[in-house]
Amino acid sequence: MNKELVDKIKNNPDYQELVSKRSSFSLKLTAAMLVVYFTFILTIAFDPSFLGTPLSADSVTSIGIPVGIAVIIFAFVLTGIYTVRANGEFDDLNNKIKNSIKED
Amino acid sequence: MSMMQMNRIFLFLILGTLAVFASGAIEGEVTKQALNMSAIVMFLIFVGATLGITYWAAKRTKSAKDFYTAGGGITGFQNGMAIAGDYMSAASFLGISGLVYMQGYDGLIYSIGFLVGWPIILFMIAEPLRNLGKYTFADVASYRLRQTPIRILAAFGSIATVILYLIAQMVGAGKLIQLLFGLDYEVAVALVGVLMILYVTFGGMLATTWVQIIKAFLLLSGASFMAVAVMAHYDFSFGALFTHATQLKGVEIMNPGGLVSDPISAISLAIALMFGTAGLPHILMRFFTVSDAKEARKSVFYATGFIGYFYILTFIIGFGAIVMVFQNPQYLDVAKDAIEGGSPILGGSNMAAIHLSHAVGGDFFLGFISAVAFATILAVVSGLTLAGASAISHDLYASVLKRGNVDSMKEMQVSKIATVILGIVAIIMGIMFEKQNIAFVVGLAFAIAASANFPILFLSMYWRKLTTRGAVWGGSLGLATAVILVIIGPTVWVDLLGNAEAIFPYKYPALFSVTAAFVGIWFFSITDTSHNAQLEQEAYEAQYIRSQTGIGAEGASEH
Repeated sequence: MNKELVDKIKNNPDYQELVSKRSSFSLKLTAAMLVVYFTFILTIAFDPSFLGTPLSADSVTSIGIPVGIAVIIFAFVLTGIYTVRANGEFDDLNNKIKNSIKED
Repeated sequence: MSMMQMNRIFLFLILGTLAVFASGAIEGEVTKQALNMSAIVMFLIFVGATLGITYWAAKRTKSAKDFYTAGGGITGFQNGMAIAGDYMSAASFLGISGLVYMQGYDGLIYSIGFLVGWPIILFMIAEPLRNLGKYTFADVASYRLRQTPIRILAAFGSIATVILYLIAQMVGAGKLIQLLFGLDYEVAVALVGVLMILYVTFGGMLATTWVQIIKAFLLLSGASFMAVAVMAHYDFSFGALFTHATQLKGVEIMNPGGLVSDPISAISLAIALMFGTAGLPHILMRFFTVSDAKEARKSVFYATGFIGYFYILTFIIGFGAIVMVFQNPQYLDVAKDAIEGGSPILGGSNMAAIHLSHAVGGDFFLGFISAVAFATILAVVSGLTLAGASAISHDLYASVLKRGNVDSMKEMQVSKIATVILGIVAIIMGIMFEKQNIAFVVGLAFAIAASANFPILFLSMYWRKLTTRGAVWGGSLGLATAVILVIIGPTVWVDLLGNAEAIFPYKYPALFSVTAAFVGIWFFSITDTSHNAQLEQEAYEAQYIRSQTGIGAEGASEH
């Protein structure tokens, strides 16, 4: 990629929009995953008995079971949310950028 | 070598392998249980089918690009399945269900740690990796840095990770096959090595990927059947299953136990699993097999779904084993129980899933699950070996030794030779480590991947100021810290070397070694005032644009 093309893409408003939107989106989702996971793992480290609390008085199932399954599902749902937006909105923007180079 | 010659050699090797296997099988059948015949027949069907695929793939593997990346024509769904297959090793299927069987809830904590790296890989790594790289992650790390030092370091990190992982897989394979099929340990290890060499040298990434996809499908189907059979027993009520399980093993199995005892260990394990996954060369390599960033994203989405589903299944399977295998006289290790008590099961707790398959589906289904476990090992070692061979041929031979002036056929030849050598090394190591305690091996592999491979890869993508000097010094520092802390930590210093107390008290070094790597890279980069460093920093902008947009990225090859 030559200097001219780099400058051209860098100054393309679609490129700036793509980079800023996608970066902030990825950072938010990464933060969401990290917060959920570290809350889970640090709860276990600092207060192991909490996740061991039974769901109800007559049940042996602990709170930890639905919480653990929810973390797994949360991780999967996050990848789905990212993939849908990136493969749609972000790729559309990206195609506009690619077409703008082809034009000249 | 002409195509015909190659095909002839291939057929010869297939027949040779089957002959070795057949003789071993007869020998084994005499010494071990007869019911393993169904496992052997099903395994032979799997081997026959996968060798057929290898034969088909060999005819389509014409260039280095085909060999390393299956021509870049794998779809997102297929790649997602293959990534999941790489991740769902026999160790995680038998190991995690065994952990749930022994300690209940702790098994779930462990598997969640293995899963949460995937969303991060998707948000941060997958796309720039696909857009910048060609065959190996070193392509990305060295994109704007000096080729020779970065490639050597990255190749060293890759090969070390691959060999450690291979040792763990080979030893596990030998023991498992010995137990399931009644083959001798050495025969089992050699068989895995030879089949793996066949898949990889002849079929390259295309065969390796399809072997992995088929195995992932078989494993998910088998595990689903087991989980459904267990749940059907309790009218699909988790409450009823857990109630029965706690009656047998006590209510502690519903609570977090001793897996993570203190916050430092918890964070360190989390970092090792998360960043380690993002630094495993055989996983990273899979992103080059798809056509573009769109398919790369889809692959992570599907892979996360399959892996998450698989971990939920192993959790049910572990509990199923508690209610159906534990204290069941059929699976009781009578001799061991007489000495130690506690109702141990035949073959140890890692066999919980295997015994459960017999409890829910009889001899036939036991055979199926045993064959799938064997197939799993084969598929995983193939992927690992291909990644190791690529580091040797693409990074060391083509990029460092030949400075990039090498034709694609020659490079492919070198990677085939490297595959054979790695296969032989794996067989020898597998036999050498038979009686060793190898618990530290996978931990060490993850620590190296997290501390050496990941920081360089990540910062090369996102940090303008990274320089070659920073990457080399910081990466080496991370690598050295990880290796030293594992050696002086509890798993090697106490358990393996027999010292009374560990010098470094934590089992997982990642928190310290990953920090050392990042700080080292930062320090040696910002203090690098060379002209070269300035050029490397100036090249960041063009690299970043390509990583974000894919303009100039490798496409799929035209067939």
